Amino acid sequence: MVMEIVCPAGTPAALRAAVKAGAHTVYCGFADETNARNFPGLNFDRAEMQEGIAFAHQHGAKVLVAINTYPRAGNESLWHAAVRDAAEAGADAAILADPGLLEYAATNHPDLNRHLSVQAAAANADIINFYQTAFNIKRVVLPRVLSVPEIALINAETEVQTEVFVFGGLCVMAEGRCSLSSYVTGKSPNMHGVCSPPSHVQYHEEAGRLDARLGEYTIHSTQRGEPAPYPTLCKGCFQAGDKQGHLFEDPASLNAEQLIPQLAKAGVTALKIEGRQRSRSYVTQVVRNFRAAVDALEAGKPMPQGMLARLTEGQATTTGAYKKTWR
Amino acid sequence: MDLTIGPNQFFWKSDDWVSFYKEMAQAPVERVVLGELVCSKRLPFYGAQIPDAIATLQEAGKQVALTSLALVTLKRERKMTAELAEMGVEIEVNDLTVLASLPKGACFSVGPLVNVYNEGTLEWLAQQGAARICLPPELTLQSVSVLARRAADLGVAVEVWGYGRIPLAVSGRCYHARLHGRGKDNCQFACEDDPDGLRVSTLEGQPFLAMNGVQTMSDSYACAAHQIEVLAEAGVSALRLSPHSQGFAQICQLFRQRLDGALDGTGLALGVQNAAKDVRLSDGFLEGARGADWSGASHEGNEI
Repeated sequence: MVMEIVCPAGTPAALRAAVKAGAHTVYCGFADETNARNFPGLNFDRAEMQEGIAFAHQHGAKVLVAINTYPRAGNESLWHAAVRDAAEAGADAAILADPGLLEYAATNHPDLNRHLSVQAAAANADIINFYQTAFNIKRVVLPRVLSVPEIALINAETEVQTEVFVFGGLCVMAEGRCSLSSYVTGKSPNMHGVCSPPSHVQYHEEAGRLDARLGEYTIHSTQRGEPAPYPTLCKGCFQAGDKQGHLFEDPASLNAEQLIPQLAKAGVTALKIEGRQRSRSYVTQVVRNFRAAVDALEAGKPMPQGMLARLTEGQATTTGAYKKTWR
Repeated sequence: MDLTIGPNQFFWKSDDWVSFYKEMAQAPVERVVLGELVCSKRLPFYGAQIPDAIATLQEAGKQVALTSLALVTLKRERKMTAELAEMGVEIEVNDLTVLASLPKGACFSVGPLVNVYNEGTLEWLAQQGAARICLPPELTLQSVSVLARRAADLGVAVEVWGYGRIPLAVSGRCYHARLHGRGKDNCQFACEDDPDGLRVSTLEGQPFLAMNGVQTMSDSYACAAHQIEVLAEAGVSALRLSPHSQGFAQICQLFRQRLDGALDGTGLALGVQNAAKDVRLSDGFLEGARGADWSGASHEGNEI
C-alpha cells in the first residue's frame, strides 16, 4: 500500500491547499492551548474545523485533530471540549499525548480514533503495546530519537501503525519530555503549546554584531550580513568547558526524503511533515514532492532526487536520529 | 512533611557512589530512591553495589525504591526495565514503559519525569496502582495545589522537587560525547568527570544550563526553601532532594531543620549556599514568571 502523507495545516486555506496538492491526510488543531502549535493567528475555530473536515472528506482525504498538549490541572474542561468537538466535527482521529485525556476520549468518545502523539515520546514496542491495550490506540507518532533499524524493530513487535516525521523542524530532545522553554520563558510545549516563543525574543545590535536573546539569555550572536537563525533554545550557540559552538544541535531542519524507501521497508505506515506555521505555498510544494516520492516508490520507480532543496535553501538539513551516528 | 532523596542523576565513580549511600543511611530522611535514571551505559559500573546499598538503607529504617530509566529505547534497556520488577523493592516509574512489565495490581511510585500535569492522569495512574507521585518540576504552585488535593482524596502521596539541578530534557543524543567529538556508542564515558553535570554558559559567559550525558539540566539548583508552608498547606507530603557532590548530607540536615521549624526560608537558602559553593538557586517554576527565577530577595525580612 502506498505510504500515507500526513500534512500540516495551520489555516483552512492551508488545509484546502494540502488536500488539492495530494495529501492523503491533514492534521490541524483548535485555536487554543490544546495543541502544540498554539501560535497567534494560527489554527481553526469550531466552524472552520467542521468545514475543513467536510472539504477533506469530499476530496477523499482524512483529517486528524491534534489535541496534544497536557491539560492544565483545574482546567481540563478546555481539553475535554476539544476532544468532544473533534468527534462532533467528524475528525478521522484525535492525536493525543496525555494518559488522562486518552482515558477521557476512550470512555466518552470511543468512536473517535486515537493516535498517540509524538509528545508522548513512546520509544519502544512495550510501551506502544501498553498504550494499545489501555486506550486502543490505532497509530503512534514516533519520537525523533530512533534510528531506522530501531523503527523496524518496533514495527515487528506491534500491530499499532507507526507514523514518522520526515520533513521540517526538528526537536533534539525527546518530545513531551522537555521543559527548557519554560525554564527560560515560562511558556512550554507541554503546557502552552509553544517553544521559544517570539514574545520572549529580543534582538540587540552592537558593533556590527546581532545578538538574539530568549528571555535574558543570548542564544545566537551573528556578524552583520550573516544569516541570523531564529533563537530556538536547543539550537543556540553556547560554551561548555573549553569548547564553544552548537552544543546541542546545529540550526538544521529535518529532511529524510532519501530515507523513504528504508522507512517503507521498516514497516512505517505514514510520513509526517512538520510545519503548521508554514504558508500555503510551502505546504503545496512539500506535499507535491512527497506525494511524488511515495507514488514513485509504490510504482517501483526511482526516487526523485533533491526535490526539496529549494525549500531548505540557506539552511542546513539533517536526517536526525534516523542515522545512528547522529547520537 | 517527609524528605525523599531522589536517584543520583550523574555518573559517579563506584567508590563515591557506595560511600554516598552509606552516608545517606544516616541522613534525616524517610525515603531514598536509587538506581540509574539517565544512561543505561553507566549501570554496569556500579550495578553490583545496588543490593548492598538497598540493604544498608533499609536496615537504617529508610523506605527504598529503585528508579527506571528516563527514556527506554534499546532492547537491552527494555530488558533492564522489565527486570526491575524482580528486584523485590518498590519501583519508581520514570518512563511509562515500566508499566508494561509490572505485575497486575503491583504498587509503584511515579517519578518527576512522568508527565503528571492534571487530575485525569493522576486518577489514571492511581487506578494502575500508583501510591506515590513526585510531580514534574515544571508545575506551578497552583497546579501543585490542585493535584495534591485530588491525590489526597485518592490516597496517593504527592512529592515536589525540593532541591537540585532540575532535569529539563532528555534526548537520544549524548551531549557530553558530542562535546568531545564522539558518538554516543563510543562516548568513552565523557560524563564521568562532571559529578554535578557540566555547566553550559551563553557566549557572554552567563551560566545557563548543564549537560549530563543525554540529559539537559538547569544551571541553577532548584530550592523550595520559601514554599514549604504553602506546599504543606496544599497537602504535599514530601520534598525531593536530588543528590549533588557538594555538602549533600548537610543540605539534608538543613531541610530537616526547616521542616521542623528551626530554620526559616532565608536561613535554609543561606545554609545551602554555604554547603554548596558557587551554586545559584531558583524556585521560578513554583512561583516565578519562569523556571530560572529566584524569589529569595522578596522573602528577606518577611520571615520570623
